[in-house]
Amino acid sequence: MPAGGKPPAGYLMEVCVPPIIELKDIYKIYPNGVMANKGVDFSVNAGEIHALVGENGAGKSTLMKIIYGMEKPTEGKVFVEGVERHFNSSRDAIDAGIGMVHQNFMLVPSFTVAENIVLGQEPTKNGLLKKRQAIDETLQISQQYGLRVDPEAIVDTINVGMRQRVEILKALYRGANILILDEPTAVLTPQETQELFSAIRKLVDQGKTVVFITHKLREVKEVSDRVTVMRKGKAIGTLPTEEATRESLARMMVGREVLMRVDKPPSERGRKVMEVQNLSYVDETGRRVLNNVSFNIYAGEILGIAGVEGNGQTELVEILTGLRPATSGDALVNGNPVLNKTPREVRMAKVSHIPEDRLTNGLALEASINENLIVDRYFRSPFRKGTSIDYKTVRDFGAQSIKEYGILTPDGDLPVASLSGGNMQKVIVAREFTSDPELLIAAQPTRGIDVGATEFVREQLVQKRTEGTAVLLVSADLGEVMSLSDRIIAVYEGEITGVFPDAESLGEEELGLYMLGIKKQPAEEMEVLL
Amino acid sequence: MSFDVVLRSIFSAAFLASVLRISTPLILPALGGLITDLSGAINIALEGIMLVSAFTGVIVSAYSGSVGLGVIAGVISGILISYVLGWFHLHMKTDIILAGIAINILATGGTIFLLFVLTGDKGNSQSLASGTVPNIHLPFIQDIPFIGRVISGQHVFVWIAFLLTWLVAVYLYRTPWGSHLRAVGENPDAAETMGINVNRTRMIALLISGFLASFGGLTMSMAYLSFFQREMTAGRGFIALAAVYLGGRKPWGTLAAAILFGFADALSHQLGSLRVPSQLVQTIPYVVTILALVIYNLREQAIKRDRQRKFYEQQQAEMGSGGGL
Repeated sequence: MPAGGKPPAGYLMEVCVPPIIELKDIYKIYPNGVMANKGVDFSVNAGEIHALVGENGAGKSTLMKIIYGMEKPTEGKVFVEGVERHFNSSRDAIDAGIGMVHQNFMLVPSFTVAENIVLGQEPTKNGLLKKRQAIDETLQISQQYGLRVDPEAIVDTINVGMRQRVEILKALYRGANILILDEPTAVLTPQETQELFSAIRKLVDQGKTVVFITHKLREVKEVSDRVTVMRKGKAIGTLPTEEATRESLARMMVGREVLMRVDKPPSERGRKVMEVQNLSYVDETGRRVLNNVSFNIYAGEILGIAGVEGNGQTELVEILTGLRPATSGDALVNGNPVLNKTPREVRMAKVSHIPEDRLTNGLALEASINENLIVDRYFRSPFRKGTSIDYKTVRDFGAQSIKEYGILTPDGDLPVASLSGGNMQKVIVAREFTSDPELLIAAQPTRGIDVGATEFVREQLVQKRTEGTAVLLVSADLGEVMSLSDRIIAVYEGEITGVFPDAESLGEEELGLYMLGIKKQPAEEMEVLL
Repeated sequence: MSFDVVLRSIFSAAFLASVLRISTPLILPALGGLITDLSGAINIALEGIMLVSAFTGVIVSAYSGSVGLGVIAGVISGILISYVLGWFHLHMKTDIILAGIAINILATGGTIFLLFVLTGDKGNSQSLASGTVPNIHLPFIQDIPFIGRVISGQHVFVWIAFLLTWLVAVYLYRTPWGSHLRAVGENPDAAETMGINVNRTRMIALLISGFLASFGGLTMSMAYLSFFQREMTAGRGFIALAAVYLGGRKPWGTLAAAILFGFADALSHQLGSLRVPSQLVQTIPYVVTILALVIYNLREQAIKRDRQRKFYEQQQAEMGSGGGL
């Protein structure tokens, strides 16, 4: 700590060794006026695992990008190993021994693992690539750090866990001593997460320092030595992990008490709303994405799909909502076939859809909030008047939805792009919930939105289900699937590996085994439960 | 009867030699198109670059009396034009398609205007004494029957085209720069975070494509013909882009596709001797381009269907054996 600096409460004093990374009074104002960091002090000690937590938009990623040289601070100083640094690009940060694993992987899909690892720093002889050496070096660091990869595999064909190991090796290959991991567990199964954690511990044993961004408080408790909480662009405090509880961290993150559990009245299962029979899908590359998937969804229940991303969930949702043709099979909503229909025909069958990618499929960003709210019904009364749209009705409807769903905006005529992520999602939720659906397909409904908006969306989902809507929930957040669903099906590589009628009694570890295809229920047992 | 004549002439050494000659101004810009396409900044200004370099080469060689200077000036002009395109796209953030269209229009109008200013003629530069590049006669090989007549005596650009195809292949797949270029095209963020400068890489790709396309333009005015003619590239810059895709975005594939289009072009010249309306015959290269792309697409779809069919059969077999879910 600098002399005269006032340490925040709970700050762990390290007197003798300077912190390996120290940020002082960092401000970051983006050209569009967004202030992402407001006077952040942040320090990391050599050899520790430091967790950085906070809601979306709290400024965590911006802070890490500043350390990694991707962003320049508007004000403030960056010290690495006690020396002030001015990074102009990631290159400079890499040279200073800092490596970063980004949330969305930074890999070149058509390159091999080894080619990705040496990218930008290829071994050469007379200007030509030495591919053999790249492979050997990859194998060597892979063994040194216990991060198993296949150097000659094409990245496009390897699973998420290995991709992440490739990312970590990429940083280590460049001599990183400090590793920044941006939400590394978001795409992993519980087992893969455990593997990652043991790899992180091994790295620290070998003298590396790890900064680890997450919003999963349980992981903070499990793996980190110290934790820093950020809220609204400020570092609220840093404390040793053993002194923190999940509740205290949540309170620090949000600034108020947070309901960690969703209150859910018991499910009253009604009639069968959706019936999916032997659905299969082969994609353009010939990969078998869905294989003979069958299940039913009943009125008044939430059916959750648990699976690691990329096991066919995205395609399943797109097929059921008319965005993608199926290869074979059937899907009926109230007895009406919905496969290979247009999205409008599917919607006319009283199906609503919260798409997983709200920016491309969920909203027209440059269109107004009001327009986005009626985009599925502008052609019907009361929004249609003759051949044109009755904008007065549209505005009234918009104003009502904005109020009811708590969308934070001064005016419904503003473009949706002007809203924050959480409020964008509320626009989608408002549209999909007011269309009076009998089946609601919600894909990643709370991805990338903050704790407050997440709480709201989850409550709304449960309320719809209690009112008698059938809900299909697909989420990469296992906790979300487990706390909201009445019934869970686990999927692995496009097949259903298990059905669990009582979500509450199921353990996360147990479910993880089905998500990884390690366990599989016998077909007869599943048939009864589907 | 007259078809016999055509058939016989198609399999003659002279015809195959002409295929090579006619393919050259397609191969060279196609290689340029390939490099920019792989870098993620597609260059649709190949046409304009070819026109400008064809024009510059003729003018400089006519006024300096030196073919070498003409070629050098033509290449520099092509690189400069692609620098302008890169500057608008990468620094001014213009849409590269719009900037490319602007350059093509400017090149068409600009070359005619300057031609008129310099020669008083809006059609061609025949009043100027511009030079042509030499033909290469291969000793010994030219004495080999048939083959000798196909490959010996070709102008130097034919050889340059094949040499550059090889160099482009080595560059893209055997050097770190090629690896960086492909990485930038596929995942610019990945490249950026590994310290590769995305804009610089794309600019280099554009400059290389300008270099390659300008050889294509020079082939037109200083080898294929010995003067500049208005709009003489006649869409070759666009056909070159089609060759990139037909060639599976690979150097040798692109070369093969460009030769296929060259073959169609040569064929239309042969058929000109028949009593077929010349307007119809002249459409052959373009029709072949469209057909080739359609066939390419149908083949892709067939491969996809084939995979799906295999999946069905496999599934049927599994069900037959009582596997089930």
